[in-house]
Amino acid sequence: MTVKIKEWPGTALSSRDIEEGRVLTVRHKLKAEYAWDAGVAIGRYLRELKNGRLVARRCGGCDRILLPPRMFCEQCFVPTDEWVYVEDTGTVNTFSICYVRWDVARLKEPLLPAVINVDGASPGMGILHLLGEVRPEDVHIGMRVRAVWKSPGEREGAITDIKYWKPVQGG
Amino acid sequence: MAKVAVVGAGMTKFVRRAQETGRELSWQAAKMALDSAGLTLKDVDAVVIGSAPDAFDGVHMKGEYLADGSGAWRKPCIRNFVGGATGVFAPIQGWYHIASGQFDTVLVVCEEKMSSCHPHPQGAFITIFDHTTERPLGPNLLWIFALEMNRYMTVHGITKEEIALVAVKNKKNALDHPCAQLGEELTVEDVLNSEVLAWPVNRLDVSPASDGAAAVVMCAEHVAKRVSDKPVWVEGVGWHLDTAYWTNRDLYYPRYVEYAARMAYEMAGIKEPRKEIHIVEPYDPFDYKELHHLEGLLLCERGGAARLTADGVTQRDGDLPVCPSGGLLGVGNPIAAAGLMKVCELFWQLRGEAGKRQVPGTPRRGLAQAWGDLMQVGTVIILGR
Amino acid sequence: MREKLTNPEHVRTWPGSIPVEYVYTAGVAGEAYLRAIKERGRLAASACLGCGTKYLPPRLYCERCFEKTGEPRDVEARGTVETFTVAHRDLEGRQLEPPVVYAFVRIDGTAGGLVHRLGEVDPGDVHIGLEVEAVFLPPAQRTGSILDIAHFRPVRHRPAAT
Ligand SMILES: [Zn+2]
Ligand SMILES: [Zn+2]
Repeated sequence: MTVKIKEWPGTALSSRDIEEGRVLTVRHKLKAEYAWDAGVAIGRYLRELKNGRLVARRCGGCDRILLPPRMFCEQCFVPTDEWVYVEDTGTVNTFSICYVRWDVARLKEPLLPAVINVDGASPGMGILHLLGEVRPEDVHIGMRVRAVWKSPGEREGAITDIKYWKPVQGG
Repeated sequence: MAKVAVVGAGMTKFVRRAQETGRELSWQAAKMALDSAGLTLKDVDAVVIGSAPDAFDGVHMKGEYLADGSGAWRKPCIRNFVGGATGVFAPIQGWYHIASGQFDTVLVVCEEKMSSCHPHPQGAFITIFDHTTERPLGPNLLWIFALEMNRYMTVHGITKEEIALVAVKNKKNALDHPCAQLGEELTVEDVLNSEVLAWPVNRLDVSPASDGAAAVVMCAEHVAKRVSDKPVWVEGVGWHLDTAYWTNRDLYYPRYVEYAARMAYEMAGIKEPRKEIHIVEPYDPFDYKELHHLEGLLLCERGGAARLTADGVTQRDGDLPVCPSGGLLGVGNPIAAAGLMKVCELFWQLRGEAGKRQVPGTPRRGLAQAWGDLMQVGTVIILGR
Repeated sequence: MREKLTNPEHVRTWPGSIPVEYVYTAGVAGEAYLRAIKERGRLAASACLGCGTKYLPPRLYCERCFEKTGEPRDVEARGTVETFTVAHRDLEGRQLEPPVVYAFVRIDGTAGGLVHRLGEVDPGDVHIGLEVEAVFLPPAQRTGSILDIAHFRPVRHRPAAT
């Protein structure tokens, strides 16, 4: 059947067709601002970040220390049991060197997003964050890193209270 | 379980910007699928629509919006959405509509119109990151792919050159697809020298944003035997989801794809997938994903897919043709429609109707797979003659 | 152990938005519709080649029988108020002075119609069944938008001939 079809439907336009009004369009800007609830677990996570600490939750069912913290364990499907402080050091699980913003505009300086497995949490409990004070070419998977915190006065109870993670000397 | 067949398929061209509205694209694909099966809207008992987030088209309740163009006028209709995995989930849903015995003939339509979204569909994509613990870091969608690709490369010692071979192969295959957006003859160097977006991801490692629609007609055995002399049968389906705490998973291996594949293999009675699957359309929004998914589908050992590619096994005339359509990298990536395009490709290939794309040796059984959300959903369908 | 927030200062929200703007193409049938409005000050409808259903706004296809429709053709921009509402507040909740009457106008001779504003009429005089006609902006002001129609107004019947 496909071999017999000569004309496939669909009309391709160029961006100029739209910019120059060769075809008619309607523009609409999505007008919605959100205020997302941090919730119970992440609410406490944010308060502890303000104190300069990372906090996790332990699940009594599987004995995992869960980071980011959550009030229920998705594996055991039971409420988690207690708050546990974890270290502000860890290991780079994976990373990227990112040259573009979300709208694909070029960045002047690349960002170094990474998944960091945090010491004190169960193996594989990584969080997304950024690396800093390191040349992109020196970053490697397995690199030991430590959180660089904003000063207490600058912290606002946000994931960005950690500015980035930098290599641990000799790590 | 009642047997379910695919008896018709259709699709629009995949383009960066279509003049047609989403519902017009849907109608074009759906009409072609019905015509190809020799059926009309009167023959359709129910409709399944697959479409990714409403924010791409910029139409809330997109399922309802697309319904009339999808043939759902005064009919039972459902719209599903499991991220990028939607396009293969839609025919799975069509399958259980019929396998349940509730319906005899179901029209399955997938559509995406990403060109509506300015300045870039990523503006909608970034909300998949956690609003409180991730978005303040300024992420973009490329991050998760770059992070996963780096992990995959590092764990297995795979190079960017080896991965680039996938982009070269698929974009070349797409030259033979009349609906393709990005068919071209490239070299590995072209891919490596293209703009670095988020290392290790370069521009040519990535599929484009696209507009387009695809459709299939599915029906019960007694209808299939009446309306088609070459029905293609659904032999297996599988789907699986992993945790959205994506930073808590080891990204080097797509476990959820394996579980979805195991479910489909069990249903199809497949013991040795590598020998019993003859043609594969794994999801390839990025070139490394094809390799990642071939491993998750148990079609090679973990870390072995790059070798398979380098050896030419996955070429259209190779022992295990992979993405003979040209895939998302070459044909384009109107998300849900891209997944269903893969199912259309299997339909045409298994019937020997794929024209210049026809895989030699009349393949008897094929597998299509899609993947999505926060790297956590796997959907698999196995079709056979 | 379940925890409840008891300190209201511990309730946190995180602000954000979805930073997108949409540019919708009118589509194949929509293009014909808006061009009729812009270029000719008319409404256009398309009839199904299968069952004859006359769609306004025009469509590329018939939802009922799934056949293609014929070329859109101009129709008289007149119809009947099928239902209406009187809006006293705008989207932001601000008082509208005077209030705005929105109506669904069934266009004569078609299976369709459109939602638009009513003008040149007191809200109290609007009723279901009211016959209305479109008032187009002057050609130079039209942009190819549904707003090229300023509003619909009641048809003023000439006195019947004696
Ligand atoms: Zn647990
Ligand atoms: Zn009709």
